[in-house]
Amino acid sequence: MGRPGRKWPAVLSLLLLWAAAGSSVAGESSRWDEIRAMLFDDRPLADGTAVLELEAPQRALDAALVPVRIRARAGAPPIRTLWLVIDENPAPVAAVFRLDPELARADIETRVRVNSYTPVHAVAEAVDGRLFVVARFVKAAGGCSAPGTRDRGEALARVGRMKIRPLEPVVAGRPVRVKIKIAHPNYTGLQIDQLTRQWIPPDYVTRVRLRLAGRTAVEVESDISISEDPTFLVTLVPPGEVELGVEVEDSSDRRFARSVRLVPEA
Amino acid sequence: MRRGWRRTLLVALLAVSRAVAGAAAAPFTVEEVAPGIWVHRGAVADFAPDNRGDIANLAFVVGTRGVLVVDAGGSAAVGRDWVAAVRGVTDRPIRWLVLTHVHPDHVFGAGTVVAAGARVIVGHARLARAFAERGPVYAASMERLLGPEVFAGSEVPAPTRTVAPGERLRLDLGDRTVEIRGWPVAHTDTDLTVLDQATGTLLAGDLVFLDRLPVVDGSLLGWLRVLDELARLPATRVVPGHGPAVAPWPAALAAERRYLRDLHDAVRGLVREGVSLAEAPARIPPPSGWRLVDPDHGRNVTAAYAELEWEE
Ligand SMILES: [Zn+2]
Repeated sequence: MGRPGRKWPAVLSLLLLWAAAGSSVAGESSRWDEIRAMLFDDRPLADGTAVLELEAPQRALDAALVPVRIRARAGAPPIRTLWLVIDENPAPVAAVFRLDPELARADIETRVRVNSYTPVHAVAEAVDGRLFVVARFVKAAGGCSAPGTRDRGEALARVGRMKIRPLEPVVAGRPVRVKIKIAHPNYTGLQIDQLTRQWIPPDYVTRVRLRLAGRTAVEVESDISISEDPTFLVTLVPPGEVELGVEVEDSSDRRFARSVRLVPEA
Repeated sequence: MRRGWRRTLLVALLAVSRAVAGAAAAPFTVEEVAPGIWVHRGAVADFAPDNRGDIANLAFVVGTRGVLVVDAGGSAAVGRDWVAAVRGVTDRPIRWLVLTHVHPDHVFGAGTVVAAGARVIVGHARLARAFAERGPVYAASMERLLGPEVFAGSEVPAPTRTVAPGERLRLDLGDRTVEIRGWPVAHTDTDLTVLDQATGTLLAGDLVFLDRLPVVDGSLLGWLRVLDELARLPATRVVPGHGPAVAPWPAALAAERRYLRDLHDAVRGLVREGVSLAEAPARIPPPSGWRLVDPDHGRNVTAAYAELEWEE
């Protein structure tokens, strides 16, 4: 048979960044108030339901690989930053996406680990500085954090491989979705290797920079909540035929880069 | 299908472990599927207190030197019934235990089988590593799903003899020899099979599923490659990891191969089309002819998608 429900080890609960001050399951959590205060101080967050769409499964099929998409609705103001927050995860801020509104649109998808039933928040900052928030509740099937799908030697040998693929025809000046998949185990640092009785050290992608013709179109700050083999679907606006460079940094100070040419269809 | 020598043995073991579980579980039975090869059929069900983790097929092979036990059940409670079932058939010593892979429904009775005498524990070269990574997670889930009383005392000792992918280990049981083979990543990254050469019986572990939908927890591409090789093994019958106690070989492989191929083709198509991971499970209709399709089919789609993205 298989997975009896993937789950992060119970030790995780000792390592929460915030004391688990008891959160409700109704979609509002006290943790959110703390996270929000930490990220935004007392800046007002407006209800973003007319501005942002947050797609996430109500119940995850695989808690270690939960697809999440954040996109601006038609008529939304131009957006320069997106935060993806998984309230109940040990490191709740899964990723921050900084966009150059001329080169990228607010339509981002990634895959995350979900530790336990949790609200997921997406916050968008418009270029004029206004903040908008939306939330969904995600039930992870039986919890999370499976060990990686590959053993450590194999996983580390693959680090640096990348897949960069436009998902639709490239047209100059028009948004095109591009998928970037990065081979990396994205170890959380919260798992114990029972053979050696040592913690498996954290080893995860911290930053992904997407450059169009040398200009940063999207910069992703990412963390341990991003799934193994971090994958980002971004929406770029290539001005014409252009080189897309992908630069990756991880917590072990590895740096690697790859590039492809985005060639508009004739 | 029904053979003259095939008998069914009812081992009445209702006292201790059942009293703990409280539920009126089915009696723990074994049947002889080939001369000297006995199988206990696990329930085609998800882990639940009433089945105590008894959801995988288990087998033993009786030789003149002793008994080789293949898999141990999902809890110490099942392991105790399993050992008693062996004892109900033969008084030859239990010498060997083979763990076909890392999954909890196959391994958590292992401590009980070892305590009953199995000195040699055979596992895949990656089993110890895989269990080190997954064991604590599995134990916590099993305790929750089966209940602490049922799960109490469940242990998985490390293998004393490992078998690497591609390696074949022959064990002399006296009047018969079994060949244990290690496989590359397929159902999991720890799959072994046992071939009884005397009777042409393949004890396939979870490389072969019948009735219960196959679960991809290793590599879909790897599993498809392994199936081609598996089909060439000189066997006439198979004991699958899930489903009936025995089935004709290699015909029994057809349904699983079809499901995995269809899954591969459908998921590859969606990845090529640019259909997102989120949408993919709903785009591939659940297959017919299998049990426990939900949610394992959706999980298989998800796992296959993440794997096949590297291919496109
Ligand atoms: Zn299995």
